[in-house]
Amino acid sequence: MQEIIVETLIKGIVVITFLMLSAAYMTFLERIVMARMQLRLGPNRVGPLGLLQPIADGIKLLCKEQFRPANIDVFTYWLAPGISLFTALFAFTLIPFGGTVNIWGYPVKLQIADINSGIVFLLAFSSLAVYGIVLAGWSSNNRYSLLGGLRGTAQMISYEVPMGLSLLTVALSAGTLSLSEIVSAQSNHWFIWTNPISFIIYLITAFAETNRAPFDLPEAEQELTAGYHTEYGGMKFAIFFLGEYVNILAVSAIAVTLFLGGWQGPWDIPVVWFLVKVALFVFFFMWVRSTMARFRYDQLMSFGWKVLVPIATLNLLITAYFKLVLT
Amino acid sequence: MKKKLGQVWSVIWGLFIVLKYAFKKPVTLRYPEEKRKLPERSRGRHYLTKWDDGLERCVGCELCAIVCPAQAIYVKAAENEPGDVHSHGERYASDFQINMLRCIYCGYCEEACPTGAIILGNDYELSGYTKESLIYTKEMLTEKKPGDSGRDPHREI
Repeated sequence: MQEIIVETLIKGIVVITFLMLSAAYMTFLERIVMARMQLRLGPNRVGPLGLLQPIADGIKLLCKEQFRPANIDVFTYWLAPGISLFTALFAFTLIPFGGTVNIWGYPVKLQIADINSGIVFLLAFSSLAVYGIVLAGWSSNNRYSLLGGLRGTAQMISYEVPMGLSLLTVALSAGTLSLSEIVSAQSNHWFIWTNPISFIIYLITAFAETNRAPFDLPEAEQELTAGYHTEYGGMKFAIFFLGEYVNILAVSAIAVTLFLGGWQGPWDIPVVWFLVKVALFVFFFMWVRSTMARFRYDQLMSFGWKVLVPIATLNLLITAYFKLVLT
Repeated sequence: MKKKLGQVWSVIWGLFIVLKYAFKKPVTLRYPEEKRKLPERSRGRHYLTKWDDGLERCVGCELCAIVCPAQAIYVKAAENEPGDVHSHGERYASDFQINMLRCIYCGYCEEACPTGAIILGNDYELSGYTKESLIYTKEMLTEKKPGDSGRDPHREI
């Protein structure tokens, strides 16, 4: 029992450290990638090639004045960034980074918690992520924040539906809800080839779930100054920021696990394959952000309910039919 | 339906257009280290030019001060005395100041000048720490020797 606790703790610390570092460097990478796509140079001043930029940003954010607007709900105001980051980090307790490996003669499973209903847990926690946004918007006592929070709620709840429906097809095809078993079910063919429509729907809803362009309505700079985190500054804002980037990593990792065969690939380098696939998705997120304009609010809603939900439902029925016929 | 598919296709096609630009050379420069070469006729700081014999072109007519829409120029004219000749005309500018904080670099002074004395050079790095340091005096504006500003000292105007 003690061994399991120590092992899980070590794995958790390693994963959190890695996630925090990669989220910090994703901000740098995003600035570079977007700059190149817009024919700019991007940050290149701090350190060689600008590689110390995230550290400089971190120091700047830590040293900022502690600012608190008047008449706010103090407890919720402090709680909201924590919820955002926590729900984003939580997804990684369930995701398998690799199979079982031997470290110093001790078998270690490269997954923090291999529970038998992984997908359900993932969906539950991605739904909880909306609390961070809506509580931040509500507690700041600012109309822009409140509007951002409301938009975030409506958007994330509507896009949760097609996302769940598209993930259900994967559960149907694999015949299990456990993430490690879904990965091993993809050893012959990845689910992106058998369920391409679910993959596309998942990808679209993933953008909406992470509040990234073209679905970044909750923090639309042009209309709502910064949306739900208008009144946040310094490290509290940084936590929101980290939460957003960890969330991108989380939805990418889920997409890799469910559709791209997880850590599987040629040669015996499981974690590397996982990271390469996640990096591809991360790049895709940045690519889309530098390409697409934001949706209008009514377009967002009608696209979610009138296009994605019917297609996802139909797709689920067809998958179920084929599953019945083929087995 | 066909229209909708066209829209979806244009979104995907747009992604690749953006990707194409990622492999082009950035248009921005690392400014203090690299500097862009400006076009020859771009308008920067002013110079008071001289003839090739070393005399000032400015004859103190104050047309530049009159035409200046930002009222940035101050000219004080004085007569050329025998033995103390500064220009080819009867008069010369005994004092000439340009307030670079007011100047809008429109180039009207250059157009108005009957002798081609005042010209706008290419130097655009004109920041300073005090307001006083940005009021350019006659000593700062006049070229040290003919041709320093980059204009031909033999030209008519």
